[in-house]
Amino acid sequence: MTRPLKISALTISSALGRGMAAQRDALQQQRSGLRRCDFDGVELETWIGRVDGLEDEALPDALATYDCRNNRLAHLGLAQDGFRCDVEAAVARYGATRIGVFLGTSTSGVQQTEQAYAQRSDSGALPDSFIYRTTQNTFSVADFTRHSLGLKGPAQVISTACSSSAKVFATAQRHMQAGLCDAAIVGGVDSLCQMTLYGFNSLQLVSSRRCRPADATRDGINIGEAAGFALLEWSDDAHDLRLLGYGESSDAYHMSTPHPEGDGALAAMQQALLRAGLSHSDIDYINLHGTATPANDRSEDRAVHRLFGADTPCSSTKGYTGHTLGAAGIVEIGFAALAIEHGFMPGSLNTETIDPELQAQVILQPRQAQLRTVMSNSFGFGGSNACLIIGRAS
Amino acid sequence: MIKFGIGAIATLGPGIENWAQLQAMLNGEQPFDLAAPLPKLAPSLLPANERRRTTTLIKLALQCGADALAQRPEQLERCATVFASSGGDLEIVDRILSALQLEGKPVSPIHFHNSVHNAPAGYWSIAAASRAASTSLSAYDSSFGAGLLEAATQVLTEQQPVLLVAYDLPAPEALHRFRPLSAPFAVALLLQPAGSGSDQGMAELTLELADPASTPMPTAISDPALEALRSGNPAARALPLLALLAKQGHGKVALPYLDGALQIEIHTC
Repeated sequence: MTRPLKISALTISSALGRGMAAQRDALQQQRSGLRRCDFDGVELETWIGRVDGLEDEALPDALATYDCRNNRLAHLGLAQDGFRCDVEAAVARYGATRIGVFLGTSTSGVQQTEQAYAQRSDSGALPDSFIYRTTQNTFSVADFTRHSLGLKGPAQVISTACSSSAKVFATAQRHMQAGLCDAAIVGGVDSLCQMTLYGFNSLQLVSSRRCRPADATRDGINIGEAAGFALLEWSDDAHDLRLLGYGESSDAYHMSTPHPEGDGALAAMQQALLRAGLSHSDIDYINLHGTATPANDRSEDRAVHRLFGADTPCSSTKGYTGHTLGAAGIVEIGFAALAIEHGFMPGSLNTETIDPELQAQVILQPRQAQLRTVMSNSFGFGGSNACLIIGRAS
Repeated sequence: MIKFGIGAIATLGPGIENWAQLQAMLNGEQPFDLAAPLPKLAPSLLPANERRRTTTLIKLALQCGADALAQRPEQLERCATVFASSGGDLEIVDRILSALQLEGKPVSPIHFHNSVHNAPAGYWSIAAASRAASTSLSAYDSSFGAGLLEAATQVLTEQQPVLLVAYDLPAPEALHRFRPLSAPFAVALLLQPAGSGSDQGMAELTLELADPASTPMPTAISDPALEALRSGNPAARALPLLALLAKQGHGKVALPYLDGALQIEIHTC
């Protein structure tokens, strides 16, 4: 067992709204944040989870070179739930050089580069005003966050597609265990862009309807955007909300299709349980990756059923937020934390008839229950799997 | 302070086909030409049909990683991996963003799945038949340092070998003006728990973040062409460490990391 970390601050902003209360209200009232695709320059018949107001979000002058949709979303996210105050207090406790920043993203600020490509000259040159380092580059969002919060500790961006912002928890724990920092900001930010909308569409993975995880008629994802951040510190009290375990694995199967029997997902879940010193019967609820593609939900169901049978309630929350890609890990840890704090399991929104081929216990309606231990799955292209377990002693 | 050993090394770059050649260049026994072509990349690890679907960047990363593990084949299916690249595959980004300017926005599905930062890691796991954990990361110009910390912390906490592969390629023309890299480069290091490689005569290292109050100047390379490679490609920020390993001696180097430095001390067995 590894030394436990506590999640001492947490904030999520998604299509459901800004901050944790907006997420909780929507989950409890079964209100979706999805809308018909109205994203600039996109003519696809689909639904998206867009965050309102990003078009008008302004960065502080000192950070103006970071301006792009992804960093605007990061800036908006950092302003919720008193997160900046919690970080300031942590800086006072540990010092700015002792707090790490480990964030996930898949496409970073590539939307800025899309706009530059749309303005190419006849010779193909991008406009002189284009900036690469602080917008499109993969590290941009961690660099922005580090400067925005005044932090000077170790930092990196993990970009493993849709498992990115789950894997940052493992990286943060290892950096802290090695003594490189005493606390860490983890999380992830991913924002809508044409590249992902048309890219997933080219793979025929986008649904023209609202996404329907685990449904017999599911036919693809809705793409969403989100920002989420957590502050991690060492925990000496089992009543803290703790990261209990993490598991990471690779599928070794296919670049964009999960292993049909869920072997890689199973390995990640088993590793997380082992690290947490828990058995499968200790898990009260599983927040599934549940993208609503036929292949993902079938593969994940195989893995969950092989480990848990049909005993453990589980659901995907993609019907609320859409698939927020590199931010999905932190968004769903946020939902897992809300489930523990407020004693409820979210239902699988938009799901009408559960696919009879699926065997795990998918819940359609929200359920009131005291939860101590919740598992969250995140799987990505390239067969990158991550599983996190968080919990609190009752 | 983190202690670990290095169990295998591989490098690829302009006129650099293997670690022995780069060692000779770093030791001044062979000239280095920044404008020399990258050796032909044909990672034998990948089946030919998969290889055709990949890009130069993916092949560069895979061949470098496979070259390192040619010395330790038992690790292929077993070791965890860390892939570090500043910007990933800008050639693929250029192709996708160009397609988005065309009527109907015909993005290629293969380009799209190759566009993820962890595409080399995905192909690696398939080719090596490895279910081991894998992380793909960036820290802009500090990506090699961040990769080294990620790999070293995994070695420390798991007490298992970890393969680090760092690589970056110059961008296609449209983006090159905004991100001018001097030449392609890749380095792969098999990191292993301290003490476990002493029987094989490989190096033992200690790694720490430099004291922010007295950050040392990053170590440079005296040969101007190699220095241009080091300062012009984030993966080649590893060169001062590689120069010390090439001499098979003791010593210290400072590698740039964010606004500070990583201090590395080598105690070669």
